[in-house]
Amino acid sequence: MATTAKSRRATNDPLWLRILLIGLSIGFVSVLLVLPLVVVFAEAFRAGVGTYFASLNNPAAWRAIRLTLLAAGISVPLNLVFGVAASWAIAKFDFPGKSFLITLIDLPFAVSPVISGLIYVLLFGLQGYFGKLLAAYNIEIIFAVPGIVLATVFVTFPFVARELIPLMQEQGDEEEQAALSLGASGLQTFWRVTLPNIKWGLLYGVILCNARAMGEFGAVSVVAGHRGSTNTIPLYVEVLYNGWNAPAAFTMASILALLGLVTLAAKTYLEWKVNQQLHDTLEPTTAEATV
Amino acid sequence: MSIIVEHVSKTFGNYRALDDVSLTVNDGELVALLGPSGSGKTTLLRIIAGLEIPDEAENSAIYFHGEDVARRQVGKRQVGFVFQHYALFKHLSVFENIAFGLRVRPRHLRPTNQQIHDKVTELLRLIQLEGLGRRYPSQLSGGQRQRVALARALAIEPKVLLLDEPFGALDAKVRQGLRNWLRRLHDELHVTSILVTHDQEEALEVADRVVVMNQAKIEQVGTPAEVFHHPASEFVIDFLGNVNVFHGRIEQGKAVLSGLAVGDRAAGKSAAASEIRQSHLYVRPHELEIERHLNGSPAIPALVSRINPAGAFAKIALTTNEGGDIQVDLPLERYEQLGLRQGETVFVSAKKARVFTPDYVI
Repeated sequence: MATTAKSRRATNDPLWLRILLIGLSIGFVSVLLVLPLVVVFAEAFRAGVGTYFASLNNPAAWRAIRLTLLAAGISVPLNLVFGVAASWAIAKFDFPGKSFLITLIDLPFAVSPVISGLIYVLLFGLQGYFGKLLAAYNIEIIFAVPGIVLATVFVTFPFVARELIPLMQEQGDEEEQAALSLGASGLQTFWRVTLPNIKWGLLYGVILCNARAMGEFGAVSVVAGHRGSTNTIPLYVEVLYNGWNAPAAFTMASILALLGLVTLAAKTYLEWKVNQQLHDTLEPTTAEATV
Repeated sequence: MSIIVEHVSKTFGNYRALDDVSLTVNDGELVALLGPSGSGKTTLLRIIAGLEIPDEAENSAIYFHGEDVARRQVGKRQVGFVFQHYALFKHLSVFENIAFGLRVRPRHLRPTNQQIHDKVTELLRLIQLEGLGRRYPSQLSGGQRQRVALARALAIEPKVLLLDEPFGALDAKVRQGLRNWLRRLHDELHVTSILVTHDQEEALEVADRVVVMNQAKIEQVGTPAEVFHHPASEFVIDFLGNVNVFHGRIEQGKAVLSGLAVGDRAAGKSAAASEIRQSHLYVRPHELEIERHLNGSPAIPALVSRINPAGAFAKIALTTNEGGDIQVDLPLERYEQLGLRQGETVFVSAKKARVFTPDYVI
């Protein structure tokens, strides 16, 4: 089109600068992101497809995969409920201590995961504050599955809320007020008005939350206590690698990478979908002409 | 259904949005709440709707048809509320937007799908958007969206229709059209309606009665003609259209200011007639007359600084010797007859004027 060609001439930077910038970004992405990803899969399959599935066909590997999925499966729904509740409270109501709550939600982002793991050990470990009480009832948290779930919940805490708060603040509460004035109950208003309005942002937050839940290493590493039975995929990869079993380590790594890629694909699809919706709302329609 | 508001106040933190306001709206009436932003008009509307809770006070009450609804939640008041920014449900089609209030009813009160379909179709016809039921709000123009919002409010067959600056976000031409349409609609449906607006033209044109509000209080309630021709306060006359303010004093029942005297007929009406008071004299631009020569009646000499003859009136801006500005609206015939030119000195006299002192009106 003539108009686009014209505006390109008028507004764009010189050719050499464009080539330099694009070249630089592609170079960085290739070396830092694409290459390692390729290497992970190449290393995993180097000894052949047979070895790949052989290292998968191992109780420890399956235990790690199961535990990872379990931790993600518990922490994601929990944080989904919490995220919706917190962002609803923050976006739609005014109450004292609101900014403090927002800061608290950000805490897991600010604090190193290792520290959060240590805090749980300090609280629930045998020598910890609640250690004796828990031991008396024979409840194991640290160095057991509950500890891993707890650490994962903590680390993935902010993702859904952080995604929803700005979205809900921007949307305001006029639609909810309209629904209430039309006789809808609070629950009906939530299901029929609030939820449809935040569904894409919510899904996006859940996907990010899930990615982090499956990939978390630091906090989980502290509370898992290097027992074979409490290994998640990332922990198991480290164990294998340190045990000079590179092919098996890369096999597990490829599984984790695959899960990550699926997440990424889902996220990209969502972004595309959201953009399309945005495009629809901004698209001038023939209706504008007729009042 | 009649609405009675008694002694309602509302405070937001330290800010007093409504200060002991009482108001009665008769059955089937269309009343406009008119005032500048911050005057409390929207707060009053939202309190009537039940979207805002008034301050606790013993004598404060809100009656719908004699029934106290002050404790009743918005969904139970059967009010149709139309928001300034439409507040349509973005993810629902026009049809589903209008049907919303019917679909959320408890099962035993919910109409059948066929009944809902008939009702929505009828409302689409009423708002002249037949055939657009499958569209989404984002595919409609501003005027269409506001009409959908109105239909959605009407679908629940409200006893009261409350409109919060419904045309505020639309351009002038669309606004004019919708205003006339709303008035016709009201004449058809006769549902008691309250309209909030900051546009005095809109209020005067559409409403049966106008409630002028300022600084959390009601300044005046009256028909459009009453508030326009018999403003109760300086604020009302200033807010309802252009007005010239002359500084002067009241001397023996006459308003006197440099050469201009008005209001002899009021002499002796007040016990304070012999007093001399500082006062302001308010004259609307069309109530001033321009003469080339002094003819015995009191007049102020002034310089013609600008002329704008594009309109129903020729708008003449003048400057007095003291540097004050005067705005005069002359009928076009009179303007042509005078043959005014910029830079001329002429004499301005008043056909009519209003004086407001705290307890004294001519």
